[in-house]
Amino acid sequence: MKKAILQIENLTTSFRIQSKYHAAVDDVSFTVNENEIVAVVGESGCGKSALALSIMQLHNKQRTKSEGTIHYKGQNLLTLNDTQMNKVRGKELGMIFQEPLTALNPLMTIGKQIEENLDYHTELSRDEKKSRTIELLTQVGIPYPERTYKQYPHELSGGMRQRAMISIAIACNPALVIADEPTTALDVTIQAQILDLLKDIQSKTKMGIILITHDLSVVAEVADRIVVMYAGQVVETGSVKEIFNNPLHPYTRSLLNSIPSATNEKNRLHVIEGIVPSIAKMDRKGCRFQDRIPWIPKQAHEESPHLHEVGQDHFVRCTCYKEFYFQDEGDASTHDITQSR
Amino acid sequence: MWKFILRRFLVMIPQLFLLSIIVFMMAKAMPGDALSGQEINPRANPAELERIREDLGLNDPWYQQYIRWASNAVQGDFGISYTHKTPVMDVIEDRLWNTVFLALVTLIFTYMLAIPLGILSGRYNDTWVDKTVTGYSYIGFGTPIFIFALIMLFVFGFALDWFPSGGSVDSKVDEGTFAYVVSKINHLILPALSTALIATTSTIQYLRNEIIDNKIKDFVRTARSKGVPESNVYSRHILRNSFLPIAAFLGYEITGLIGGAVIIETIFSYPGLGQLFLSSVSLRDFSVVTAIVMMTGFATLLGTLLSDIILSAVDPRIRIE
Repeated sequence: MKKAILQIENLTTSFRIQSKYHAAVDDVSFTVNENEIVAVVGESGCGKSALALSIMQLHNKQRTKSEGTIHYKGQNLLTLNDTQMNKVRGKELGMIFQEPLTALNPLMTIGKQIEENLDYHTELSRDEKKSRTIELLTQVGIPYPERTYKQYPHELSGGMRQRAMISIAIACNPALVIADEPTTALDVTIQAQILDLLKDIQSKTKMGIILITHDLSVVAEVADRIVVMYAGQVVETGSVKEIFNNPLHPYTRSLLNSIPSATNEKNRLHVIEGIVPSIAKMDRKGCRFQDRIPWIPKQAHEESPHLHEVGQDHFVRCTCYKEFYFQDEGDASTHDITQSR
Repeated sequence: MWKFILRRFLVMIPQLFLLSIIVFMMAKAMPGDALSGQEINPRANPAELERIREDLGLNDPWYQQYIRWASNAVQGDFGISYTHKTPVMDVIEDRLWNTVFLALVTLIFTYMLAIPLGILSGRYNDTWVDKTVTGYSYIGFGTPIFIFALIMLFVFGFALDWFPSGGSVDSKVDEGTFAYVVSKINHLILPALSTALIATTSTIQYLRNEIIDNKIKDFVRTARSKGVPESNVYSRHILRNSFLPIAAFLGYEITGLIGGAVIIETIFSYPGLGQLFLSSVSLRDFSVVTAIVMMTGFATLLGTLLSDIILSAVDPRIRIE
């Protein structure tokens, strides 16, 4: 049995929009174990980042409320005040952000920004902090750590900045790192390097990683388990193997079907119709995905969909998966791009 | 860096040249000259006045007068003041220092008010604190400085008699003594405070808006994710970034205060450059007028250079080579 690091139970995070609260993360539960990478996937606006910021308690408290529990080392993070939470943030939980240029302070050297983490969570002397920082920079594969220590963010390339960002997140050997789309702002070759680096660090430190992404190829490469989110809810969870081999929920299948394939050059790329509903306007009863698969009869959906266990550790929301099929299955010729050329 | 500064100084030469021609021609275009006032004097002989004009070269074509004036001005000699009968530089010197002191004290008051109020207003935006500060700012924007200064002068200069109502120093104290310095400062406070109370409002709003912009930036969220306490998130991340444009503006601010002291110096009868400028214009004392405009122009150019240097010093992204 694996040791659980973080247990999220019935987490609901709501934002206030004109005096009414709307849930952006709706009754989400999952567990992150030691030495495990859990990928949270979904389109933009599905509540992935809102989930990450809820775990870190980085939402604006005046406009947000979080309910449920986030268990970490025997305490519920949601009940901690700011001072207590500051002892957890940076030390126990590290976070990597999407855009490494804007996520780093333009007026501070890379070295100072990493050391700032050590300032608040360790008792190291000034020299020890510096050597620890150099060590971290070396660990994340920065070629000239002594020079980079004194450089400012704008003097580094995107990949180097993201490496620096990672070293900030892992500075105090956290038990869990939340990586919010860590490769989205980088080009493809650098993406692969950064993912390898994360995987490498994780295997050495046995830490858990929550990897938030919309890129399923990233997931396939590094994750152990997948949590698919749609409109604030978890619609399917399971091991990577299970989800890629036997996807059930229409949303998961649509996402997988949207991955461009090298062998299927003739057909047009699959597109999921419509957009993610906005949290203020969406209908909270019934299956939230039904509007984007209108060809599936309404009776196929549950009235109040919940997660069904369909295999070992494999859960799917709603019953519509049983009757789901792709609209364009069998008549791919109408989408043949050679005709439009 | 030094190369950059040198290059900027070289660029100033044609700029100052152009300015001098414009200033000289405009001064000459004013009706009358330094002797016009004497024409209504019954004891002045018109022929004698004409002879003095000829001696002073006032009847020569403008370009001859300009060349004569410019070649002296390059050597720091702006000629003789027609009304004071002493070299222009002597007339200007004391007043220049008075204006510089006034500008510095005004600047200190301005930032002493703007920094704490701007920080409070930006950090606690949309609370009653912010609304009070913003309310004050709007009143400040809407109040003409000459009205406000008159009210200040009346209340604190006459009615309460806390501060002297004119001059730059008490005539009874000797130069070089401690009492002299105290008297100087005492004379500065009222005009400086009057200007600062109005001028600070734009800096307050600027700082407030910078803080509101910066506190939602990604790097602030990164700082919070490191467990940095809120007070340090402000001091190390938000405020440093918010002060950048304010610091860069400092150079222009100094120039503005030196050039814009006309109204405040006149109201407080403070013997500075602004007051001298106004009286020289009405007395057609061209040599003083042109000298003051040239010096203000030079100060403006220096101010922009100072701003560029400050910005490069505080922002690592900007390096001047």
